[in-house]
Amino acid sequence: MIATPFTPLASLLGGAMIGLAAVLLMWATGRIAGVSGIAARLFPPYEDREFAGRLAFVAGLVAAPVLVRLVTGDLPAQTIAAGPAVLILGGLLTGFGSVWGSGCTSGHGVCGLSRLSVRSLVATMTFMAAGMATVFVMRHWS
Amino acid sequence: MVILVQFAIGLIFGVGLIVSGMSNPAKVLNFLDIGGIPAGTWDASLAFVMAGAVAVTFIGFSRVLKLARPFFADRFYLPTRRDIDPRIVAGPAIFGVGWGLVGFCPGPALTALGFGSLSAVIFVAAMCGGMVLARFIAHLPPVSRFVTPADPLET
Repeated sequence: MIATPFTPLASLLGGAMIGLAAVLLMWATGRIAGVSGIAARLFPPYEDREFAGRLAFVAGLVAAPVLVRLVTGDLPAQTIAAGPAVLILGGLLTGFGSVWGSGCTSGHGVCGLSRLSVRSLVATMTFMAAGMATVFVMRHWS
Repeated sequence: MVILVQFAIGLIFGVGLIVSGMSNPAKVLNFLDIGGIPAGTWDASLAFVMAGAVAVTFIGFSRVLKLARPFFADRFYLPTRRDIDPRIVAGPAIFGVGWGLVGFCPGPALTALGFGSLSAVIFVAAMCGGMVLARFIAHLPPVSRFVTPADPLET
């Protein structure tokens, strides 16, 4: 494993930006900024006519590192330790589970908790616990 | 116009993920690694991401939801369910395992595409496959052990 520095101020600021984006999306479109829901609805079946807006939101997410590199001339570290097999398994579980549970870190963890939703609280505690248990098994049981 | 606004909002979200450190799977895994607390390798930063995001969203939502309607739409679309069904536990449990294996949740995984890493492309392709599969299964007609025969004489 690679040690990472504790960055409370940058993390608080970045978190506030994520919150600002969630508030702006609610103000503009009246919808929850849940990335799994937005990404999953880029694929059929299509139930409404919001495709272009969802694609634009996802394009903004993908373009963010490009903007950061343009402004600061550099990108912060990104270390992906997993190999191809774990990436595929992890991707499948992340995609399936987040849609099956009606949301991910953003939809449940940020928007849901902010709306004091009990379902989102249950979901957030569950994926935190499952994530911690998985890392524990991977790092400390071998 | 609304499309451009949604692009800009996605951009703010993505920059927030990068500034906060969420876009780095190593940092996410070090946060989830509570076994690292005794060793001093636990990175508590992500609790601050959550705190910052929830604080702003809590205050912002309470103000925005007092408006008559959203700026570009005629109503607010909010989840109304309150029941705790098996899926609200099973889904996050499955997602959490995937999150713990790699360190990506859906938002940071998409933002990682813009870092230009092949690993992110592989993860996002698999993630989209999982999403499509979940929606496909959720849209299947309900399975029942008892079916009325088409021809009553068949019995």
